[in-house]
Amino acid sequence: MTTDLLAEIREDFLALEQKDRLLLLLEFANELPKLPQKFQDHPDLLERVVECQSPVFIFVEVDADGLFHLHATAPRESPTTRGFASILAQGLDGLSVERVLAVPDDYPQSIGLNEAVSPLRLRGMSAMLGRAKRQVRERVEA
Amino acid sequence: MSAPFDTTEKFSAYAHPSKLVSTQWLAQHRGDAGLVVVESDEDVLLYEVGHIRGSVKIDWHTDLNDKVNRDYIDGAAFAALLSSKGIARESTVVIYGDKSNWWAAYALWVFTLFGHDDVRLLDGGREKWLAEEREMTTDASSVTRTDYPVVERDDAPIRAFKDDVLGHFGQPLIDVRSPEEYSGARTTMPAYPEEGALRGGHIPSAASVPWARAADTDSTFRSRSELDAIYRDEAGLTDGDNVIAYCRIGERSSHTWFVLTYLLGFENVRNYDGSWTEWGNAVAVPIAVGTEPGDAPAPAPRR
Repeated sequence: MTTDLLAEIREDFLALEQKDRLLLLLEFANELPKLPQKFQDHPDLLERVVECQSPVFIFVEVDADGLFHLHATAPRESPTTRGFASILAQGLDGLSVERVLAVPDDYPQSIGLNEAVSPLRLRGMSAMLGRAKRQVRERVEA
Repeated sequence: MSAPFDTTEKFSAYAHPSKLVSTQWLAQHRGDAGLVVVESDEDVLLYEVGHIRGSVKIDWHTDLNDKVNRDYIDGAAFAALLSSKGIARESTVVIYGDKSNWWAAYALWVFTLFGHDDVRLLDGGREKWLAEEREMTTDASSVTRTDYPVVERDDAPIRAFKDDVLGHFGQPLIDVRSPEEYSGARTTMPAYPEEGALRGGHIPSAASVPWARAADTDSTFRSRSELDAIYRDEAGLTDGDNVIAYCRIGERSSHTWFVLTYLLGFENVRNYDGSWTEWGNAVAVPIAVGTEPGDAPAPAPRR
């Protein structure tokens, strides 16, 4: 099951021509929120996604109400990676842990970016999703 | 009509100074008739974030690779691509990009497969242009379509296939990957996606010279004397050598191919673009593990 917002994001991408899909990804890149202060002060809390071509760090938070938040940071000169992180941060924000874990692992391959971005580059997004899910499991078990 | 050459003193020590331009030269000449500036990056969106005014984008994955076969595009597709970018057969093309021109060098190598005569790199690439706070824009470049001729790709002079490598043993091979990939401790470079090579290690007898050693901290190419020290003194290359360079998919080794061919003047250098993702998966080819090059097997007879 894909969450409502992730499904909407997918439909937005699929409705566009290949060239415009890239520009939508750029919009996401520009919208990646800044890291909350507590993570800026504690970079050690962040996990590096080594599968990505650019240095990107993520941190999963499960708040007091049991809701999911993803924080991520990547350099300005890595807009593709920032775009991937932003799609996941926005698409998964505020969901229950169960719904995050139910997101299909092949979501990145389903949003119509294979041609515009290339399958190889999309692996970085799959790795980000995989690591976010693993972090969620760890938070819940802890 | 070709643009004037850059007479920067550093370049004059290289074997083919005409293959490089400085950021200063480009700032002065980027509006010249007959000159097209191309940005080629690892990150497919970087051009959209900001590019040199008037430049066009060529992406290695989505433009230069065939969509179905593991191969480069053919002459018709290359002609269509370059026509759409406003590049004529006589155009001077200056390519720049991120990561010390790693992907720009790859694009230049593909242009060379099609025999495009005047194609140059911007020394220092995107990083140097940005570091000098030169103008970048997000404005779309206006392109006047050209009619680039269909030229058949000529692979033989600068591209090696697996059988070429098997027949090459006894002559120099340069492995430009990271030390961890060379030794076999890992099959992909640190912090990069796993591209699915089954075995770790290197092609027996290959010398290890990671590609980025040819780049200085500001992303420009190292000086002639520094490059001679690395490739001649250390890796043991001598004039007249027939050299094959490889990496993982042939992109990093394009950078080394550029250095050996145009900066140091070796005339027989080929890039094995099948590289480790082919060799590390191929059946019954020899592999060496560890930090030593290992002995060259007997060269295989030509099939």
